[in-house]
Amino acid sequence: MIAPAILPARGAGDRLTGLFWRRPAVLVALLILPPLLWLGVIYLGALAALLLQSFYAIDEFSGIVVPEFTLKTYAELLRAQNLDIILRTALMAAAVTLASAVLAFPIAYYAARYARGGWKAAFYLGVMLPLWSSYLVKVYAWKLILAKEGILGWAASATGTGFLIDGLLAIPGFEGSSLSTSPFGTFLVFTYVWLPYMILPMQAALERVPASMLEASADLGATRAQTFRTVVLPLALPGVIAGSIFTFSLTLGDYIIPQIVGNSANFIGMAVYQLQGTAGNIPLAAAFAVVPIVIMLAYLWLAKKAGAFDAL
Amino acid sequence: MKTMKLMATSALAALTGLSPALAQVTELGAGEGQVNIVAWPGYIERGETDKAFDWVTKFEEATGCKVNVKTANTSDEMVALMNEGGFDLVTASGDASLRLVAGKRVQPVNTDLIPSWSKVDDRLKDAPWFTVEGTHYGVPYMWGPNVLMYNTEVFKEAPKSWSVVFEEQVLPDGQSNKGRVQAYDGPIHIADAAQYLMAHKPDLGITNPYELSDAQYAAALDLLRGQRMLVSRYWHDAFIQIDDFKNEGVVASGSWPFQVNLLKADGQPVASTIPEEGATGWADTTMMHAEAEHPNCAYLWMEHTLSSNLQSDLAVWFGANPSVPAACTDGSGMSTKESCHDNGMDDFDRIRFWTTPVSKCAQGECVPYYRWVSDYIGVIGGR
Repeated sequence: MIAPAILPARGAGDRLTGLFWRRPAVLVALLILPPLLWLGVIYLGALAALLLQSFYAIDEFSGIVVPEFTLKTYAELLRAQNLDIILRTALMAAAVTLASAVLAFPIAYYAARYARGGWKAAFYLGVMLPLWSSYLVKVYAWKLILAKEGILGWAASATGTGFLIDGLLAIPGFEGSSLSTSPFGTFLVFTYVWLPYMILPMQAALERVPASMLEASADLGATRAQTFRTVVLPLALPGVIAGSIFTFSLTLGDYIIPQIVGNSANFIGMAVYQLQGTAGNIPLAAAFAVVPIVIMLAYLWLAKKAGAFDAL
Repeated sequence: MKTMKLMATSALAALTGLSPALAQVTELGAGEGQVNIVAWPGYIERGETDKAFDWVTKFEEATGCKVNVKTANTSDEMVALMNEGGFDLVTASGDASLRLVAGKRVQPVNTDLIPSWSKVDDRLKDAPWFTVEGTHYGVPYMWGPNVLMYNTEVFKEAPKSWSVVFEEQVLPDGQSNKGRVQAYDGPIHIADAAQYLMAHKPDLGITNPYELSDAQYAAALDLLRGQRMLVSRYWHDAFIQIDDFKNEGVVASGSWPFQVNLLKADGQPVASTIPEEGATGWADTTMMHAEAEHPNCAYLWMEHTLSSNLQSDLAVWFGANPSVPAACTDGSGMSTKESCHDNGMDDFDRIRFWTTPVSKCAQGECVPYYRWVSDYIGVIGGR
């Protein structure tokens, strides 16, 4: 006996399969709904709530948030002391990003183009290893290293090079009683902590630069410097930009490092942390939180204009 | 969002006015088998951190009430947890207690049901941070001063005034205090400055460091701007301060007995004092949730906090002062007359306990706390 070509449906599972087969759009909708909800409601919704809060203001008299639209909070954000915080944070983020890029490029370049086999694994491990230990432990360790009576100070006084540290700490803007209380110390720790986030995307981008293009460039008579400038760098730029987005935005948002290392001057994250607590000044905290978003959008727009994403 | 909820409740409280009309428990029944407590870290120990410090096990054995502890790191967290509900008790500090009362999150406590209430320090019995219009919203738990910690190698004698951390001067070891002193990295430090001005600029007319007019407030900020020049880093975390005294050459700072005890235990040359201007301090209260599900166990616990080894041992553990004076001498725990004295037991009258500055105050209108926050951020930023 020959079995019929079409079997009767054997329950809900079969009927569901039939539905998906007849209407593929239903399946797509079902699959995409949870991530869409996540992105839309939890992710963007939270951002929207934040944005909304920043347009409220705190009542001067009672200290209670008044849920009415006003730009008063943004006016407050532009007060000199708050502008100081924004400027300080942005400058630090820019400095950390630049330093990370300069430090990361040779490392990423070597790891991507020259390291082979075991060495390559060692490079990956070396870059990733610091990410596996606790962030707090690393920051506290740096606090000790940079302390007045820490190992750096000890080494400097033992070798008679203490004047180098003193000289550094005398530079306007870097003042402090030791490296660990100086903004320069904050910069060092930021750079250390975020460096892997710069190296990894850079390395990925450099690995994708085809060797044939370098050969072609050499065949056409370009010097090494020319090849680097006109072939390697433009092709690797998306990686550099990706890395800089990490280091820049991570520095913009961090509030723990400047609390432990540095001179206690506030960064955006610290200000948000303080304002939302007992102060209950949620609107100003929200306005502060909008600042990194604006800075990052401006940064991405500039990067796009500069052609950073052309090679994508 | 937690804070939003909090704002909502305080707004509601402001709208409806403060009318403490909640019923209180009139008689106790049998324990319900458990009690849920929101507490500061280290406040409720069952011998798991250190075998010698246990004030839970015996209570559980005697009453059959299992103690569940949820620790909270800030007063705001405590208020938020209490707003969410599901807890019976909270160890609220002075900056949270009145907010909890105003938000109707806690209920009046019937002191007749707590036999050891009579043993509570008379100085605390009607303290304004948990007593509203004669109604008690809890029982005192612990209190402590913010002391001046100093390095004994630099200061052969205890500094007599807070001026060592407020004004530039040559310390007894012949060097300037610049870069060698610290201050607390919280806006409430403005109150310390105001307290200093109470003694040194009486014409400002400050009577309460938490209630400052605009002019008094401006003077305090000026003092703090001068202090910024002396301080290379403000302290926020007790362990960072401990490290700074060890490795950063810091020799004087406002501090808690907690850090002093830890540094002393580590063999560091430090001591603490309460200078002539007095000091600020904190006082915590065990408060009971308005909708506590386990009221009998909650009452049993409140009695236990006052009658057991808790007061005496916790005072040693935390570097704080018991709310039951007898705990210093009755041998119920490790406290002694000396240890209590070191923690500031005899300095109660010189301590102005922390309360959240609000705009409505005795002299009419005062600078509210949210301005303290934004301005202190400015001061630390060098403005």
